[in-house]
Amino acid sequence: MKSAPLAVKRSDKAVLQAEDLDMLIQNLRKRGHQVIGPTRREGAIVYEELASAQNLPAGWTDEQDGGTYRLKRRTDGALFGYAVGPHSWKEFVHPPAQRLYRARRNGKQVEFLPETPPAAKCAFLGVRACELNAIAIQDRVFLGGPVVDPGYQSRRQQLFLIAVNCTVAGGTCFCASMNTGPKAASGYDVALTEVMESGRHYFMTEAGTDRGAEVLSQLPLQRATSRQEQIAADMVSQTARRMARQMDTTGIEELFYRNYEHPRWDDVAKRCLTCANCTLVCPTCFCTTVEDTADLTGQHAERWRKWDSCFTLDFSYIAGGSVRSSSRARYRQWLTHKLATWMDQFGTSGCVGCGRCITWCPAAIDLTEEVRALREGGPARGAAPTGKETKP
Amino acid sequence: MAPTLEISEPKAAADPMLPVPCRIRRVRNETADTFTWELQPADGPARFAFQPGQFNMLYVFGVGEVPISISGDPADTQSFRHTTRAVGVVTRAMRQLRAGDVLGVRGPFGSAWPIEAAAGRDVVIVAGGIGLAPLRPALCRLLAQRRRYGRIVLLYGARTPQDILFPHELERWRGKFDLEVQVTVDRSADTWRGNVGVVTTLIPCAPFEPANAVALVCGPEVMMRYTVRELQRRGIAADRIHVSMERNMKCAIGFCGHCQYGPAFICKDGPIFPFDRVESIFGKAEV
Ligand SMILES: Cc1cc2nc3c(=O)[nH]c(=O)nc-3n(C[C@H](O)[C@H](O)[C@H](O)COP(=O)(O)OP(=O)(O)OC[C@H]3O[C@@H](n4cnc5c(N)ncnc54)[C@H](O)[C@@H]3O)c2cc1C
Ligand code: SF4
Ligand code: SF4
Ligand code: FES
Repeated sequence: MKSAPLAVKRSDKAVLQAEDLDMLIQNLRKRGHQVIGPTRREGAIVYEELASAQNLPAGWTDEQDGGTYRLKRRTDGALFGYAVGPHSWKEFVHPPAQRLYRARRNGKQVEFLPETPPAAKCAFLGVRACELNAIAIQDRVFLGGPVVDPGYQSRRQQLFLIAVNCTVAGGTCFCASMNTGPKAASGYDVALTEVMESGRHYFMTEAGTDRGAEVLSQLPLQRATSRQEQIAADMVSQTARRMARQMDTTGIEELFYRNYEHPRWDDVAKRCLTCANCTLVCPTCFCTTVEDTADLTGQHAERWRKWDSCFTLDFSYIAGGSVRSSSRARYRQWLTHKLATWMDQFGTSGCVGCGRCITWCPAAIDLTEEVRALREGGPARGAAPTGKETKP
Repeated sequence: MAPTLEISEPKAAADPMLPVPCRIRRVRNETADTFTWELQPADGPARFAFQPGQFNMLYVFGVGEVPISISGDPADTQSFRHTTRAVGVVTRAMRQLRAGDVLGVRGPFGSAWPIEAAAGRDVVIVAGGIGLAPLRPALCRLLAQRRRYGRIVLLYGARTPQDILFPHELERWRGKFDLEVQVTVDRSADTWRGNVGVVTTLIPCAPFEPANAVALVCGPEVMMRYTVRELQRRGIAADRIHVSMERNMKCAIGFCGHCQYGPAFICKDGPIFPFDRVESIFGKAEV
């Protein structure tokens, strides 16, 4: 049954047939957006520019576990039937390499040439609930303080976000524990739930913003029946029950603050290769370093900002040596930052439970397991802390 | 779930990573490896305001950028000073620069010494090595408002007599009847007639009233550790001891993550902290 455009408002539920999804992509492209979404490349599902819905990984899913990622065929043609892959959206909002400025020298004069903010407007298609939260977390880092990152701000402000609620849980996901998924709660322009039932394939759509409603209203939608709404909602809540992993977050800041000297840090240090994979795949890790270049004439220089990781030795280098020279201290920094100090800094956890750091760790280190071990092996909860351990 | 933030219209604010070209007006060699610059914006003198204890990011063309505290008198709004010890790639390149050369400056950044809050109290300043540089503006400001404070004590430790920073100024300060200055060196040749020993040995007998004193401490981390311990032994409360922390810094505005010290970002929450804020991690290895 074909239908004419249907005017929808914020939070109206409507049905979009799967074969019409491409119209959403084309409409956004016509509005000047570069549409970025999942596609299959070299054995993984990655985020790239999409020319059409044809580029989506129809009929594919992934198998994930500690240190393992494999694509395999599904028995159906689902377009979003997989969990998150090695890429995250941060590369488009907080790019891996960015020129900060160019400097020019002319005799005894030096001039600094600012960068003009990028013009490209992006639309992200297929943002998972955990990833929406990761974007909200990076917003706090780059826009939430007294100083704002102008490049991030201009890229972020032009973003159009199309969320996809998860109907399968990945093998390393634990968003339900982090209260970040599997259902997109806010922060999107449009949310989709992919439904395949009795031979039908459609998306339950919902606008989260007025501009989301405007974009949806140009598509051939049908009003959702209450039965359809129920089916879509059930699929998402089933995903929550099928989470492969859990993390108990009660009192987690205190857990870390009183366990700087826990023997588990020595144990994990023996396994950790300090390869920095976890920080690179993590959608919230924001750290960067800078690189300076000068040309042969010495008249032109550039300063670049590049992703960095607290797992490198240079990260904490001060004259005379690195503050965190042991892998024990570097792993402790990463996990303590993600789960404890982040709360003090930004009022939210630094982990959204996406599971990437588990999947992409060559040593299959699993943070949910590390937290469990800290709880079990540490001083019993409520026991007198050793030494001075008040929270700063 | 992460609370969402309103994404506002881009403010027309200046790019926080873009330096301002500044010209070196004067270079003074302090010791064999330490020098002081007097700087001014390259397009002419402009008002430059900072709080004692704050730092700037100094960019050497094509080489790199480093955090350096401001060492000048805050009353001087026409020019500003930095005192730098050449220890590595960028600071050595800085030492090659001469009067007339231009570099990039961003700042000022960071927290300040609690000069206002110390009014009515004794002030004890304990400095080790190059740590005297960020304390110099504090002392200038205290002396400019001398009547508002009780006793003012400066305890300064250097490695050898040749490493003593601002010797002429120390001599002048020592001559003031309303300022107690004590200098010590770790080791010395026979010609030195002053104190020998680490700076903490000066604390037990220093003339101040612990119950009513504020302490300002800057130096290497180990020196600060022992200093704080001695000051606490004398009875100064942890929230009235202030320390200046140091970590790697790549941005100074809370974006690069390098300066994290437990829950704090040293660039924006510090570098100066009341000791009770860092006490639980201070001295813990590799934090
Ligand atoms: C808030 C603050 C104030 C400071 N004030 C002064 C001052 O007034 N005078 C002074 O002489 N020194 C000061 N320092 C230390 C000074 O920043 C370092 O000595 C300098 O960064 C060393 O850089 P380099 O390239 O010469 O050394 P290298 O050893 O070659 O270091 C290479 C890079 O590592 C980083 N790095 C190395 N050491 C430090 C360090 N100690 N702190 C931060 N980053 C470092 C820098 O990014 C540097 O570019 C201060 C440091 C901080 C954090
Ligand atoms: S820490 Fe791991 S699970 Fe948490 S958000 Fe980062 S990559 Fe995902
Ligand atoms: S975990 Fe490490 S790399 Fe990630 S944000 Fe924290 S300090 Fe930076
Ligand atoms: S110096 Fe970059 S976050 Fe503090």
